[in-house]
Amino acid sequence: MSAVTLHAITVLGHDRPGIIAGTTGRIADLGLNLEDSTMTLLRGHFAMTLVCAGDAGAEEIERALAPLAADGTLTVTVREVPDEQAPAPVGTPWVLTVHGGDRPGIVSAVIGEIAGVGGNVTDLTTRLTGDLYLLIAELELPAEVDADALEGTLRAVAEQLGVGVTLRPAESDEL
Amino acid sequence: MSTHSLVAAWTEADLDVVGRVRDVVRAPDRVLATDGARVDPTAPEVVQLAADLVATMRVSPGCVGLAAPQVGESAKVFCVDVSQHPKARDHHGTFVLCNAEVVEASRNERAREGCMSVPDLTGDVKRPSRITVRGQLPGSGEEVTIEAGAFEARALQHEIDHCDGLLFLDRVAGAHAIYARKTYL
Repeated sequence: MSAVTLHAITVLGHDRPGIIAGTTGRIADLGLNLEDSTMTLLRGHFAMTLVCAGDAGAEEIERALAPLAADGTLTVTVREVPDEQAPAPVGTPWVLTVHGGDRPGIVSAVIGEIAGVGGNVTDLTTRLTGDLYLLIAELELPAEVDADALEGTLRAVAEQLGVGVTLRPAESDEL
Repeated sequence: MSTHSLVAAWTEADLDVVGRVRDVVRAPDRVLATDGARVDPTAPEVVQLAADLVATMRVSPGCVGLAAPQVGESAKVFCVDVSQHPKARDHHGTFVLCNAEVVEASRNERAREGCMSVPDLTGDVKRPSRITVRGQLPGSGEEVTIEAGAFEARALQHEIDHCDGLLFLDRVAGAHAIYARKTYL
């Protein structure tokens, strides 16, 4: 397969029906192929990131998507990104869950411990609902990491923060 | 829950033909998204297919089940064997069912599934953990109704889905319940 140009596009702002249809329709009209994408609502704000492949340049894509942002409630960014080869699996997959009373610094303190052992976050969601703060992360931990010891460290950190933490293997069943 | 003695006693030797190891097809092959044809469980080609499924399952590391669409045949035939899996409880060992359907189901549980035909993704799927399945044994064509639980119940539903043209991707629990596979068997 020949090398193709990839662009990362972000769309952020006030949610309303039709944003995805409008964005992807304009992308399709440019002949771009939508590859990976993710979208969610963050405290009610529409937040989408997508990576598309094709020959159109960043300026052309920006021009095509400009009408989406015309009313000032959405911000669209476009930038070319290199083709990243998915790294070979080096470790084991885990799911980290943290929840408790909200306070500043929960994510940085907990995820700092993961980074400290060379762990990589591959997916992350945090939510604040009322006073409850929730963090769910998919991790890849290097094979040499002692998960029990790491969980012990995380528990100690969590205790200082007044939150609970669990670390469990993200095993999938082959069927 | 009780195991079905006839099914539990069944082995691929009952088929009296030698199974051939077949290539496993991968999504997006359309056969995986096609509702399989009902089969005559006594037909020689169905008996051969049953033997081929077991033979292919046996040579695939970690494989606990294989359905006809996964070897390119759009037909309602599958094999399972969860006996070596750590999550298995009461089970029926190796068996093949034709034209199987779930007739009763309860107690939903969510778990992460992978599939040989979708090698790069896993996904969280909620499925009943207590089921009753009716189907026919290949060769004799005898109709059997079995109760299955825990991991065998999950495996059976995954394979019956294959026979109906469904992948675990069709049942994934939500937009963010699909994952890049990070370890390979």
